[in-house]
Amino acid sequence: MHKIVSAIFLAENIKKIEIEAPRIAKKRKAGQFIMIRVDQTGERIPLTIADADPEKGTITIIVQGMGKSTKELNTKEAGDTISDIVGPLGAPSEIENFGTAVSIGGGVGTAIAYPTAVALKKAGNYVITINGARSKDLVILEKEMNAVSDEAYITTDDGSYGFHGFVTQKLQELIDSGKKIDYVLAIGPIPMMKAIAEVTRPYNIKTMVSLNPIMVDGTGMCGGCRVTVNDEIKFACVDGPEFDAHQVDFKNLTDRNKLYLPEEKQSAEAFAHKCNLQ
Amino acid sequence: MAFFRINTPSFYKKTIMCPQHITTKERLAIPRQEMPSQNPDVRNKNFKEVNLGYTPELAQQEALRCIQCKDPSCIKGCPVNIKIDQFIKLIADGNFLGAAKKIKEDNVLPAICGRVCPQEDQCEKACILTKKHKSVAIGNLERFAADFERETGNVELPAVKASTGKKIAVIGSGPAGLSCANDLIQLGHSVTVFEALHELGGVLVYGIPEFRLPKEIVKLEIDGLKQLGVKFITNTVAGRSITVDELLKEEDFDAVFIGVGAGLPWFLGIPGENLLGVYSANEFLTRVNLMKSYQFPDNDTPVFNCKGKNVAVFGGGNTAMDAVRTAKRLGADHAYIVYRRSEAEMPARIEEVHHAQEEGIEFLMLMNPLEFLGNEQQWLTGAKCLKMELGEPDDSGRRRPVPIKDSEFILPIDMAVISIGNGSNPLIKQTTPDIEVSKRDTIVVDINTMATSKEDVYAGGDIVTGGATVILAMGAGRTAAKAIHEKLMGIDPHE
Repeated sequence: MHKIVSAIFLAENIKKIEIEAPRIAKKRKAGQFIMIRVDQTGERIPLTIADADPEKGTITIIVQGMGKSTKELNTKEAGDTISDIVGPLGAPSEIENFGTAVSIGGGVGTAIAYPTAVALKKAGNYVITINGARSKDLVILEKEMNAVSDEAYITTDDGSYGFHGFVTQKLQELIDSGKKIDYVLAIGPIPMMKAIAEVTRPYNIKTMVSLNPIMVDGTGMCGGCRVTVNDEIKFACVDGPEFDAHQVDFKNLTDRNKLYLPEEKQSAEAFAHKCNLQ
Repeated sequence: MAFFRINTPSFYKKTIMCPQHITTKERLAIPRQEMPSQNPDVRNKNFKEVNLGYTPELAQQEALRCIQCKDPSCIKGCPVNIKIDQFIKLIADGNFLGAAKKIKEDNVLPAICGRVCPQEDQCEKACILTKKHKSVAIGNLERFAADFERETGNVELPAVKASTGKKIAVIGSGPAGLSCANDLIQLGHSVTVFEALHELGGVLVYGIPEFRLPKEIVKLEIDGLKQLGVKFITNTVAGRSITVDELLKEEDFDAVFIGVGAGLPWFLGIPGENLLGVYSANEFLTRVNLMKSYQFPDNDTPVFNCKGKNVAVFGGGNTAMDAVRTAKRLGADHAYIVYRRSEAEMPARIEEVHHAQEEGIEFLMLMNPLEFLGNEQQWLTGAKCLKMELGEPDDSGRRRPVPIKDSEFILPIDMAVISIGNGSNPLIKQTTPDIEVSKRDTIVVDINTMATSKEDVYAGGDIVTGGATVILAMGAGRTAAKAIHEKLMGIDPHE
């Protein structure tokens, strides 16, 4: 059992949850994830570790309520407990001094882009962050991203805050301005990551994306999270979750993530019904 | 002394005082007692255990068939050398609890092994009766003794020796780890078992289905180890949550036993394997067994909805049988085994194959999949297969399947389960480079001690052998426990 130390909403439907997990807090590196099972009948879902405090023995996850499990997680408050957490899993982000590194987060993906931005900064990179959201009230981690960035940009789809447009447009603008970019990390919805890959491909900029396929055990045992990278089968849980964006088959990932749409809908509706009754 | 009646064959009806009075000829006249089981048409729709177990009467009759050889070859056929002749005699005498105790001198998990061991290839194959008759049903008797002890509430905890002050870490709570932990705790060592998943038991809970091994039995066996003082820590992945070096240096363990089992599932490497509806057997079985997706939506984890669908399982081992029978129970219209050799070459246990056939599983032999086909939404619609015939024997001694020219056809299926074995999990190798591994990434050990190339680190089970059996893993766990004990206590095994 893991106790929740604090739980606050950062934006509508996006919650920052700090949980006691001393071993994981001590070991985790940027880019790694945990498998979490909320209660005894819960499913195991992967969530990237956004932050950790080894001294306090806590890890932080940032959760967007999408399906039943994430919505249920977002009903948790400080003092509540989580049944099972295992980690840190996956290969850590590849961190070195690339030169100029751009860390791009789209929506709740910013929660994952953030720890890698911290690590890139620590490694001596000139760090540019692009933090994208649909609108101003959905922008998260603005202060944190600013603190680790040499240049920080915010983009909103509706123009309600920062640059009016998509993260891809901002990245293109930076490239067009003549800035020499050596490394790009993009984390967010699949269409966004795919679009970023197309922006950097002509310039041959090394670009990594963090993939979010469906997982069960998260340790390499089941192969449910297999993705196609460079025409080869890779397991996101042990070979990833970060892969070369220019080699990822995003269509296959999009298709495979639809595997349980009817069941996910059924679970989410039943959960919403239960919440309404309470 | 127990009175009992022998019912079959009919000419043989007589009440006897003592089984010793039965002549060998009379023993041989008793037919092998069939294992009672659920009706196939009922059980292929539920997840309850298929085999129901012997009654005391059936067990005693079966035990009487044992002719009590002077030099029992069955014991040599058992990887952990259970004193088979002795426990069977105890059953024949009606001393069922004594029989259970006798088995437990050599095997810590008899209720499990009595159910899942391939006895027909081990003890029962070596039984002298097989030459002219059917072998004694040793596995069924082992199961009976263990079940009788448990169901009558007579499980006694073994004695634990005085504390040695030594600490041992066991990685993995499957059959290898559990048997190793059991022996070490009884010898007075402090034992901590680390498990990657949220539940204990390894393959016994995520792999082997409820209808073949009820999870309650696994739980009770593990509860027994807890009562002996074994500490269990779940949700800990060796190589990620903690490394072997950290266990030895930072957490002060005197020795580490690695029993992490097999790892990454193999795929066929043919086009279309990433289509929706194509699973590894590990994933399909883990979803159903560990995550209980057959109880969706009461349990949150979903699995492919097999109801009214056609499901093909590719492979011919025990895992393939487990997967195909699971698909049938989930409501599959047609549930196929597709195997590239013939039934005779299938590695699965004969009992499992028979059970599957009784349950309506369709066996498509001598067929090799070439490609998976899908619709526009990327859902699987069929498998393009090639018919094969058997040629000359290959390196494994089995006749090599050879393609029949122009025999391609499409098998319409909605779900495919790939069950062709597992590679090794790379995490230990990646994080503990000084442990020697083979070309196949299995850990290299001295088979007499299960010691690895790294000081104070031992390994056993599938991570050493590649995919094998529960009992072999248990045997390895016990060999390692003995070697660890001798090393830590400074005992010379040759003295």
